[in-house]
Amino acid sequence: MRRSSRPSRRDVMAALSASAVAHLLPAFELEAAPLTYGLSAQRLDDGVWMIAGRQEAITQKNGGAIANIVIFDTSAGAVIVDTGPSRRFGEELSALATELTGKPVARVFLTHIHPDHVFGNQAFKPEALAATEGVVKGLKDMGEGYADAMYRAAGDWMRGTELVLPKSVVAAGVEDFGNRRLRLLTMRGHTASDLVIFDERSGFLVAGDLVFLDRAATTPNANLEHWKIALANLGGIPHRLLVPGHGPAENSTRGLDQTRQWIMMIEDTIRGAFDRGLDINEAAALPLPAWTEGIALARYEYERSLTHIYPKLEAERLPQVGGRAR
Amino acid sequence: MTTLNRRFDLRTRLAIPAVAALLVVAVQAPAVAADLPADPLNSPMWTEMGAQFFAGAKVVHAPSIKVVVPSIVEDQAQVPVTVDARAIPGVTRLVVFADLNPIQHVLTLTPRKAVPFVSFRMKVEQGTPVRAAALTADGTWHVGSVYLDAAGGGCSAPAMARKDADWSETVGIAQGKSWRQPDGTSRVRFRVRHPMDTGLSRNNIPAYFIEKLELTAGKGDGLATLELREPVSENPTVTLLLNVPSGESAVKVEGRDNNGSTYRSSIPSSFDQSALDPAPTVSR
Repeated sequence: MRRSSRPSRRDVMAALSASAVAHLLPAFELEAAPLTYGLSAQRLDDGVWMIAGRQEAITQKNGGAIANIVIFDTSAGAVIVDTGPSRRFGEELSALATELTGKPVARVFLTHIHPDHVFGNQAFKPEALAATEGVVKGLKDMGEGYADAMYRAAGDWMRGTELVLPKSVVAAGVEDFGNRRLRLLTMRGHTASDLVIFDERSGFLVAGDLVFLDRAATTPNANLEHWKIALANLGGIPHRLLVPGHGPAENSTRGLDQTRQWIMMIEDTIRGAFDRGLDINEAAALPLPAWTEGIALARYEYERSLTHIYPKLEAERLPQVGGRAR
Repeated sequence: MTTLNRRFDLRTRLAIPAVAALLVVAVQAPAVAADLPADPLNSPMWTEMGAQFFAGAKVVHAPSIKVVVPSIVEDQAQVPVTVDARAIPGVTRLVVFADLNPIQHVLTLTPRKAVPFVSFRMKVEQGTPVRAAALTADGTWHVGSVYLDAAGGGCSAPAMARKDADWSETVGIAQGKSWRQPDGTSRVRFRVRHPMDTGLSRNNIPAYFIEKLELTAGKGDGLATLELREPVSENPTVTLLLNVPSGESAVKVEGRDNNGSTYRSSIPSSFDQSALDPAPTVSR
């Protein structure tokens, strides 16, 4: 994985924290995180649990535990959806899933490439880790960068974390775990490959980060057109409960509606700012609609989305006015 | 495409301020230091910046100069910066620099028939003060400062375009648009495709950047000169407020890079085009 022989931040931190010069480093490098996430599972149904992520950005306080994780009990063993932000989280998740189901972990699905969903992979056998071809490729391309970003954002919680690539490639279809059949739906929009899981037994739809509820959606790898189509498709699947990637699991259309509304709001606001000739900082100062006040991290994610979307608008929409003279 | 830049390098991060601190001690000349007001941001490079950019001239801190940077740096290679020195009358030159960048000078705007306002995106190597120094006719530098909190790596990362084999064919393609503002100025946004290589990236690509944009109207009526340096982001995208004479229908842009290539553009700018609303005021 390493692309150069230069030491990464992790190598340097690992070496320095153990050495006599540790006291010379800025204090924030040395803040020791608590040793446990203290995961607790919320029972959603017979043999289905959710570990709720915090409705926050990734910080050194929350250790990156911001995404929802789902555990299914099946006759083949525990089935887990997403592994969380770190090795430590993955290990606690593995232990909790085994305790809840009384069985070893049979399968771990990864919904998409984002770091708050995949850096617990280390706690599981690579053969048990399953993802689409697009996710495996995405992790190969982006994984190292995500690792560095996570070390920076979550700090000591990441100690010992390395990215493990899934060895099982899955496509759309049904996976049979004996008493529980899971339908795998491959979509895109939040990223280039988003896996959605429908549990036939419970009627639950595990939507991954295609759905955010009461927390602003993130767009670093999004295609908003594809995302809106995915939301329409999800709305066409009858389900008893929708588990979003972030936010409460509900038997309602709130998650789908709110995610669509958020996407349309940032599209309109950002496009409107661009059409007036504003720059990114001026666009960042614009007011957001009142309804977004109830959405966690609304302004934070709006500002991030500006960085993702504005350069694309400039490249695509500013008229060509000249070129190289010679 | 990465959410946060991966090329964080602790050695660079620690080494630059350390070397800078040594330089400060080495070059600190009492004559310069005595005239330079203390830095509200306590930058270790402030004295060195004073010597580099102000050379003994009178310097005052001017909080009324707005230097706006985002609260969240999502991409260290594309940090949006907006500088507005309209509160200072008679600005003849506007210099933007970042103390803790490996290359501190970012750009210089000489507004002839233009507002002392510029927005653009820049690369940062670590958290750094970002400053805008406005020179007035009496020889005084008015300095606005803000601290940009960032993780770094933007200057030593190769340009994204380098991933495309045929990037050189698109160099110099320019895009732009003008909006007449309610106050009579023309808001001009201009983007030019260029890798803006710093010469500091790990794959040893030499410095290659657009160094000058000359904006004129009509028969060469000078509106503004924008000198760009290596820290300006790939595909420079600038916003300027120009006083285009009312009879003119276009803003011409003549560009030149440090390899001697020249670039020509003409941005339509007539009274027929106008913005719907004034731009919002930004502040931090």
